[in-house]
Formats: sequence, C-alpha cells, structure tokens
Amino acid sequence: MIFFILKRLMQIVPVILGVTLVVFLIMQMVPGDSAVILAGEGASKETVEELREDLGLNKPLHEQYFSYIGNIFQGDLGHSLKNNQPVLEEIMIRLPITMELAFFSILITVVLGLIAGIISAVKPYSFSDIGVMLVALLGISLPSFWLGLLLMYIFSIKLQWLPVAGWDSMAHIVLPAITLGAGGAAIVARMTRSSMLEVVGQDYIRTARAKGLKEHVIIYKHALRNALIPVITVVGLQFGGLLGGTVLVESVFAINGLGRMIVDSIRTRDIPMVQGGVLVASLVFVFVNLLVDTLYRVFNKRIDLN
Amino acid sequence: MTVNTSIVETADLMLARRQVRREKRKSFYSSIGQNKAAVVGGIIILLYISMTLLAPVLAPYDPYTINLQEKLQSPSFAHWMGTDDKGRDILSRILYGSRLSLGVGFSSVFFGAFFGILLGLIAGYYGKWVDTIISRSLDVMLAFPGILLALAIISALGPSLINVTIAVGVFSIPLFARIVRGSTMEVKQLEYIDAIRTLGANDFIIIFRHIFPNILSPIIVQGSMRLATAILSAAGLSFLGLGAQPPSPEWGAMLSSGRDFIFSAPYMAIFPGIMISILVLGFNLFGDGLRDALDPRMKK
Repeated sequence: MIFFILKRLMQIVPVILGVTLVVFLIMQMVPGDSAVILAGEGASKETVEELREDLGLNKPLHEQYFSYIGNIFQGDLGHSLKNNQPVLEEIMIRLPITMELAFFSILITVVLGLIAGIISAVKPYSFSDIGVMLVALLGISLPSFWLGLLLMYIFSIKLQWLPVAGWDSMAHIVLPAITLGAGGAAIVARMTRSSMLEVVGQDYIRTARAKGLKEHVIIYKHALRNALIPVITVVGLQFGGLLGGTVLVESVFAINGLGRMIVDSIRTRDIPMVQGGVLVASLVFVFVNLLVDTLYRVFNKRIDLN
Repeated sequence: MTVNTSIVETADLMLARRQVRREKRKSFYSSIGQNKAAVVGGIIILLYISMTLLAPVLAPYDPYTINLQEKLQSPSFAHWMGTDDKGRDILSRILYGSRLSLGVGFSSVFFGAFFGILLGLIAGYYGKWVDTIISRSLDVMLAFPGILLALAIISALGPSLINVTIAVGVFSIPLFARIVRGSTMEVKQLEYIDAIRTLGANDFIIIFRHIFPNILSPIIVQGSMRLATAILSAAGLSFLGLGAQPPSPEWGAMLSSGRDFIFSAPYMAIFPGIMISILVLGFNLFGDGLRDALDPRMKK
C-alpha cells in the first residue's frame, strides 16, 4: 500500500509541474506589459522599470518560470495588486471556508445520492423508481446558480427559515451545501441504481436468495457493498466539478471562499490572486484524486495495488 | 498477380467495413426511435433551434428597447414573462437570447471537438512518445477542477462572450481527445487498416478517410453530453459577469441581473433559469438515448 501511494505521488509530480506551467503561461497571455499592470495606473516610468527589474520580468521566459516554481516551493505566491497582502495569506483565510462548503456538499452528494439510488434499485421500474430518476435527471440539468437563487427565494425570503447569505453558523451552510451537492447527488443516484441493478443480477445474489436470506440482508450486506465500488470513483470525479462549482455558489450566497476570491480578482484584474487561487484549487483537486484512488483500491481488493 | 489479389482482398475488407457501418447506422436509427427519452430530448432541442430561427417573428417586442415606464411588471397578457428593471419584455429577450446561449454551446463544443479529435487521432495513431506527450498534457488539463481552467483563461483574455466560448471549448479538448485516442488505438489494429497501408496509403488518408469515420459514434455521444455542460458553464460564466455583457439577452447574464431583484421581481431570474434547465435536460436526455443506441454494451 505504501509503495502504491509513493508511486502515485511520483506520478503526480509532472502533473503538478504541468499545472504550474499552464497557470504561468496563461498569465503571460494577459495583454499589456505586466510591469505596468503590477505598478498600477499612473506609476512613473522609473517605478515600472524598478519593478520589472525586481520581479525579473526582463529575464527570458524560461528563467521567469523557474523562479516562479522556486517561489512556489518557498510558499511565495506573490502579492495582491489590490492591497499588497501576500497571496498565500489570503488563500489560507479563504481555503478553509471553501473546504468546509465542499465537505458538506459532498456529504449531501453521497448521502442523498445513495439513498435515492437504493430506493430506485430496490423496486426497479416502479413509481418510486421512475419518480426518483426523474428528479435525478432534473438535478443534473438545473444550473447550480439558479437552484441557489430559487432555494434562497423559497427558504430565506418567503419562508424565512434560513439566512439569505453569509457564513457564520450551521444555518448558513444548509442552502449552499444543498445547492452545490444536488447535481452530484443526482449523478451518484443514477450510478448507484445502475450499479446495484447490475450486481443484483449476479449469481451470488441468486445464491443468497436461494439460501433464504432476508431481502434487506441481501440488499445491504451483499449487493450494496459490491455496488459501491464504481460509486466511489464517481464521487471522486464529482469533487472536481464541485470545487469548480464553489465559484458560482459562493458568489450566489456571498460566501468569502476561494472561489469568490478568484472571481473578484478577475474583475479587479488582480492577476497574482487569480494565479494563486487557481493553482491552489488545482493542487487540492490533484491530492483529493490521489486519496480517492487509494480509497478505491482499499475497497476493491480485486485490484492489485502494484 | 499477388498485387491484384491483395487489392481485391483490401476492397473486400473495405466493402465489408462499409456494410458494417451501414447496418450499424440502420440499427442506430431504429433504437434511437424506440428510446422515448431520446425522442423527448430530440424534440426539446428541435424546439429550441426553431426558437432561435424564429425569434424575430415570435418576439412580441424589441429585446433591447428600454421603456422605464413599464419596468418590473409582473407576468401579464401584455408581457407573458413580465418586464425587467429597464422595462424590456423578458419573453422577447429570452427568445433572442436563445441564439446566444445555443450559439455559445455549439461553438465551444465544436472548438473543443475539433482540437480534441485532432490530438486524439494523432496520439492514438502514432503512439509512443507522441502519445506520451499528448496524454500527459491532457492529464494536466484535466487536473484543473471544473470551470477553473476556463476562469483562468478568461482572466487573461478578458470577459466577453467570445472568450467564454474559447475558454469552455478549451476545457472540452481533453475529454474529446481521450475518447478519440482510445477508439483510434482500437481501430488501427484492425485488419483492413493493415491492408490499406500495404497498398501504400499515407498516414493522412488512413487517419482521416479510414479511421475517423469508424470512430464517430463515441464522438457524437460525447458531443451531445458536452453540449449540456458547455451551455451550463457558459451561462455560469456570464452569471458571474465574465461572459456576455449588458444589455445582451444571454440567459446567464439575464439571470445575473435578475439576482439583484430576487426580493421584488423573482420572475426576472426564474424564467431564464427555466429556459436553461429545459435545454440542458433536452441534451441530457438525447445524450443518454444516443449512448444507449450507439454503445453495443448497452444492448441487451
């Protein structure tokens, strides 16, 4: 197992370097002179030149990239153009909020998705199955930002059960987590259903039935355990979409997370903040993928770890 | 004599291949016709396409004309979906906006498919180091979660609908490339490709005339599924103010301005959202049906 994890860690090194390269190159595409943008409007020619020298912007591109990588490894993601604060400091304030939102959303995705999928699979082609699958199809098709507004209108404005926006208490988490987790839940429900139906048709389930085992033992002990294996992969894949989705949901509910920071920084053209935010979010995603991959192998013992 | 024989054999193999394609196509049409979800999805898509074409005929008002005397009116006979904060008829704006939302969806998927197919064909056909370089680059692109790569691209290019199309298209490239790469690797091992190569056909002819037509099915399924995601992503980016700019009636942008009036005029946000949802539902239904009809593993 340790060998497998080490091997996967080695494999993600080039991916991480690639991600830094893409982020670096994209930011090179920003039109205009970076030194002028960084110095701000109205800066004197001397200030611009000084800054160019300081940041090494007059060096060749590959040298700039290597110093960018060196800075990242030292935890230096640059400074915000808006308030000159270190980018990493700002990200460390925002990231826990986004991770908390992501955690509760994935909880909703898994719990809601599994329950819906099992309800569907236990009695396939029944009214409950068709009903659940129709809701799941709707769940996949609704734009998260619209669902968020709709939930906000119903539960915060009309019924006044939950707060409209912000991130101070558990009550604040409910609507954004449902908004972000709903789409994933719909996908997990569909996956659980098809995976369960496939497993239920297998010989060993027929044997379990022939042995006279109770239906709930067959479903929960034999079928579900095996049906869960592909579902884990789907949940892992959902995490990427979910992390990207925080950008929209944080904007709808005015949550000061990483996603909102990136969008606000794009609007104010605070390039180092965008660069740092996208980089950190991608790194989190790469490591979560590694975690999911490891979990998948722990659950599915048939796969050779090496 | 041997040359003649091999030409005849190759021609036979190619005819057989063509026959297989024809039969597959026939069975595809019949299975998609029997798939209720695909038919419903197809009808929804056709209705939306008609809407884009007939917008000038169907729209009761000009979508851009500001009429402050009629601002924020609830849905009525005069304005079926009400009016926005500038007094513009929401129904007319939605009808015209369909051109933008569908247009961005189709263009970005076309963009992603074009480059993705090209990269996938090259990686799958040539293999070795060419494949390694392309595949590792695709891994890097897939390491960006959700729309974050699109956000990074827009931050460099600047907010506009065209840049959203490019950004959403770019993040579709690896998905197309992966599928095409896998299918190309399967097809290039088939006997008829060897036969054609023996006859002296060059790589370009083999890739585009003999491999590409045989791997269209997974590309079409992926394209249909991607359209749903592309429309959602583009609307999302416009909602964030990074895509279509006012006074454009793009649905995501309409939703964005509707958000400010969610307390007093919720219909401003509700109708564009319903339009996006139904369209995405249509593509999802159609994509599911297409996959069932084209994927041999789904056939019982």
